[in-house]
Amino acid sequence: MKVTIRVNGVEHTREVEPRLLLSDFLRHEIGLTGTHVGCEHGVCGACTILWDGAPARSCLAFAVQAEGHEIRTVEGLAPAPGKLNPLQQAFQDAHGLQCGYCTPGILMTMTAFLEDNPKPDEAQVREALSGNLCRCTGYQHIVDAVLLASQA
Amino acid sequence: MKPAPFAWHAPEDVAEALALKASHGEAARFLAGGQSLVPAMNFRVAQPAVLVDLNRVSALDSLNFDAAGGLRIGAMCRYRRIERDAEVARHLPLLVEALAEVAHPQIRTRGTLAGNLSHADPASEMPAVMLALEARFLLRRQGGERLVAARDFFLGPLATALAEDEMLAEIHIPALPPGSGTAFLEVARRRGDYAMMGVAAVLRRGPDGRCVAARLALCSAGPTPILADRAAANLVGTRLTGEDFAAAAALVVTEIDPMGSVQASPAYQRHLAGVLVPRALALAAERAA
Amino acid sequence: MNSFGRPLTRNEDPRLLRGEALFVDDVELPGLLHVTFFRSPHAHAHLLSLDVSAARARAGVVAVVTAADLGDYWQPGPLLVPPPPVPGMVFNQRCQVPLVRDTARHVGEPVAMVIAESRYIAEDAVGDIFAEWETLPAVGDLEAALAPGAAFVHADLGTNVAAEVHQARGDYVAAARSAHLVLKRRFTYDRGASIPMETRGVVAQWDPRADRLTVWDTTQAPVVIRNGLAAMLGLSERQVRVVAPNIGGGFGPKMMMFYPEEVLVPWAAMRLGRPVKWIEDRLEHFFSTTHERSQIHDAEIALDASGKILGIKDEFLHDTGAYDPYGLTVPLNSQCTLLGCYVVPAYDSRFTAVFTNRTLVTPYRGAGRQHGVFVMERLLDLAARELGLDRAEIRRRNFIPADAFPFDQGVIYQDFSQLSYDSGDYEPILDKALAAIGYDDFVARVQPAARAAGRSLGLGLVCYVEGTGIGPYEGAKVQVQSSGKVSLATGIGSQGQGHATAFAQVVAEQLGVDLRDVEVTTGDTDQFYWGVGTFASRGAVVAGSAAHEAAKVVRQKVLRTAAAHFECAEEDLVLADGKVHVAGVPDHAITLGKLAGLANPMRGAVTPGTEPGLEATSYFGPASGATASGVHAMIVEFDAGTLRPTILDYVVVHDCGTVINPLILAGQIHGGVAQGIGNAFFEQLAWDENGQLLNASLADYLIPTALDVPRMRLEHTVTPSPLNPLGVKGAGEAGAIPVGALFAQAIEDALDLPARGIEILEMPLSPCRLWEITQRG
Repeated sequence: MKVTIRVNGVEHTREVEPRLLLSDFLRHEIGLTGTHVGCEHGVCGACTILWDGAPARSCLAFAVQAEGHEIRTVEGLAPAPGKLNPLQQAFQDAHGLQCGYCTPGILMTMTAFLEDNPKPDEAQVREALSGNLCRCTGYQHIVDAVLLASQA
Repeated sequence: MKPAPFAWHAPEDVAEALALKASHGEAARFLAGGQSLVPAMNFRVAQPAVLVDLNRVSALDSLNFDAAGGLRIGAMCRYRRIERDAEVARHLPLLVEALAEVAHPQIRTRGTLAGNLSHADPASEMPAVMLALEARFLLRRQGGERLVAARDFFLGPLATALAEDEMLAEIHIPALPPGSGTAFLEVARRRGDYAMMGVAAVLRRGPDGRCVAARLALCSAGPTPILADRAAANLVGTRLTGEDFAAAAALVVTEIDPMGSVQASPAYQRHLAGVLVPRALALAAERAA
Repeated sequence: MNSFGRPLTRNEDPRLLRGEALFVDDVELPGLLHVTFFRSPHAHAHLLSLDVSAARARAGVVAVVTAADLGDYWQPGPLLVPPPPVPGMVFNQRCQVPLVRDTARHVGEPVAMVIAESRYIAEDAVGDIFAEWETLPAVGDLEAALAPGAAFVHADLGTNVAAEVHQARGDYVAAARSAHLVLKRRFTYDRGASIPMETRGVVAQWDPRADRLTVWDTTQAPVVIRNGLAAMLGLSERQVRVVAPNIGGGFGPKMMMFYPEEVLVPWAAMRLGRPVKWIEDRLEHFFSTTHERSQIHDAEIALDASGKILGIKDEFLHDTGAYDPYGLTVPLNSQCTLLGCYVVPAYDSRFTAVFTNRTLVTPYRGAGRQHGVFVMERLLDLAARELGLDRAEIRRRNFIPADAFPFDQGVIYQDFSQLSYDSGDYEPILDKALAAIGYDDFVARVQPAARAAGRSLGLGLVCYVEGTGIGPYEGAKVQVQSSGKVSLATGIGSQGQGHATAFAQVVAEQLGVDLRDVEVTTGDTDQFYWGVGTFASRGAVVAGSAAHEAAKVVRQKVLRTAAAHFECAEEDLVLADGKVHVAGVPDHAITLGKLAGLANPMRGAVTPGTEPGLEATSYFGPASGATASGVHAMIVEFDAGTLRPTILDYVVVHDCGTVINPLILAGQIHGGVAQGIGNAFFEQLAWDENGQLLNASLADYLIPTALDVPRMRLEHTVTPSPLNPLGVKGAGEAGAIPVGALFAQAIEDALDLPARGIEILEMPLSPCRLWEITQRG
């Protein structure tokens, strides 16, 4: 069936099966491969996107369900090509990523979190981060990056 | 891990949704938040031929509180809305406290209470909380509806009183009388995991400070959420001291029937119940003061 | 503008942060086909019949491939690491097969490959496949596997022994006879999984016009895969390009396994003439990507009355899984790393590697070192208790003295050289750790006060060494581009270690350019032909040293070219900020880009023997590995009721020689500790008696979250390695290695278990398991 989905402010129309996961639509139908897939059962958080501004697992929604909603992905964060937004910059400055696979999901989770909690403490950041798994960093530099971004 | 094919229907009103369910019977599943059903479909453990998607039924996305009727939560009301609602926080803090333990914000963005209850995982927090709060569930089908008490709803692991053509359309939670105190405590391996043991406690003190009402409900404590009636009854009339809580814990351990999991043996689960019950009761008693 | 040694931010980050970086699953090609596998549902079973006809008939299915369809391509995989040259050694080689032909030996072993227009359809078609099995008893328990009457994982062998290795020096029997104290215990360490956030994946494309195969592969060793695939497919190596683009974590199991999927997907692409993609899903990952860790040690230690070690004897069983293509790297690491920071005059160690009906075991971060450290550190803890010695003191008394390096351990290591510690100085590390964690205060004041208040606080303090940076070699090519930027290519792959920054720092140091102007390519066999791979904490040591050597040669070429240009002596030149000028005349500078142009003249004649360009390729092969070392210290509080831990403080003092980038190093250590914590208290693969894995999901196999990993405080000491020009030692595994031993000691301390006669002799633990252990007392 035909769907039109608004991603990062741009409408994309595709013919899809109802069973197509939103994560696969983003990655393989419209080529926004920044959203990563780590488990497809809603635990790892790598596929986290913003659904009408709130963080959600794109592996646990069907693309057809996203019609009429505003989806935001990691590709929608930077203010201009080749630039980084303050959160992204903080991740570079604090070495908040290693392999970078979990990073897009974490950026989306933290984007929403910082909107709700502009000046969090470390415990709040760790709590908010607990729905995203990272296997490389031990989280410390991620926490530092989010705190750094919140101080900007 | 891709779902098997299915026919997708996205009705916009309840009547249409119920009609679709009635016509497709057991081949169809309602799809609410999808945070339990879609992973099961991705693993192909669940392969419904038809999905009746309720996400476009805006009438079901409701959340209303009034002192007389209590809290009414529609089938498509998402956790995120419940946990951020000021009235819920004021009148039913137990719900908010327990919701914080339900998975993670990313899941609660889309997950619904009614979907969770219909899924009826005995390890899940919400069914036990519903028992503790004496919730009633409005079950609707084409041409009829009925109210079922939470304690009559959960029949076994992933089994409920829902008939094939019924939808859990609305959750009714009565307001707590003055003098009430509540607490939810659980032990999970990690934040957001299913509890190895969880306890919801509701206490009410009379004017003299003695307990006039008590309810204790536990998750991960048996094939269904468990209401520890004998332990609760034993608390009524006490002064809610540490000794009373220890006595309650000793009774609770005899009332539960934990099934064990990869994370916890039944014996350890019982031990945890013994640890958590006094802690939850102490917290609830303090809040009831 | 020296960049070497500074905590500089990474070159690779902006693209990763914008979601622009290429991972294997991001490769999209016209006509791309998708693969999934029908896998064995049984741990051990004969395949009686296989019917794929319905799957082949399904719309959208392009091919279904069984073992029979592979013809001569069906071959057991290569032996990746041969057994060590230890006299008397036994090694039974049984490498994994691409598809089950007659016997499945672990759950998830591939049986048929389904190739379809989409992954969704391929998974539908798996449901159409019908196999008839005769199930066999599953071999799981290591001791039962060796007992009479056990089923055999490989029936033709007539035994489940995969290998036996005995290494000994000194006279342990005499040591034990003369000892004041001999302690013997059984230690067990159970299975875990590496769980990189990106699963494995392979995309292959055959280009008939170019007569070339391109393979994108989540491998840590693209050159080895290129060479192997070329041989298997009957191609020359130059016809095969293997690209390991950005890799979402590796940790060992993404090494050079020649996994069945890795071998089959390129074959299918050539057969079908269409590009083919297989992306492992998380469920497949739990069964098909290699695991690590199961060992059972019966170990004893002999000490004199002062707590000095006289000898150690250890006999252990090692679970190698259903096949053993990776040889004996893991148990050899256990055997060697056990010796730790200590003088052990007599050592008698024997291991038996055992085939089981479980997923293969190959190195995973730490690669057997955990087990050795666990056994040794536990033995020292127990001995200290018996002797009434402080745990720090017993370690101090047994340290290899600083003046004893290089220190020969007299056993053969995983690289087959004699294990010799190149350099080290252990007491300052211990002292720093004791000071940082506040050891004396904790023992004298903090813990007693906490106990009095009913709180269960404990401290852990353990030492370890990490053999790193082994050979055989790596290479690097450094080239000044006409843009003035400098390119560096090396054959190893990167999985998040920051090579694009660390190697750039090495090069920038020599060539006086900005870090951001060094463009590093790793993991593309068309960019660099030779190499081995990223494993054993060797990237920075071996490839880093090669980059250093190459950059030095390019620096000489730059200066020679500039000297000709300025008509002056090389000694009079200054190379800085991407330019060269004559000392004292900074206004007349020539850029590196212009010099690169001069080094590649388009007209005229060059002197015979001149090589064009400002370019050099160098190789580096250390004679043996560099030995890093460290101490971890932790204060943990347990909820005495639930037995859930909260880590209150965590200190790592580490010596990995010269540090290239402290920020990246810190990240490596943090990540290692997090995996160590997972390995100690969260992660354990659970099996039933039929060899079925019971927790094959990320909801049930528990990776630590941000709430489970504490803030860590790092300190360093530096004893440069004499084995390489940079003085560096590897750091990739240091964080993970000692954490099991650390938890064991801290748990005993927090819960005052010795007073109850309870010892922690196993890993991993969990609140439930810990409760069961404490009930025994």
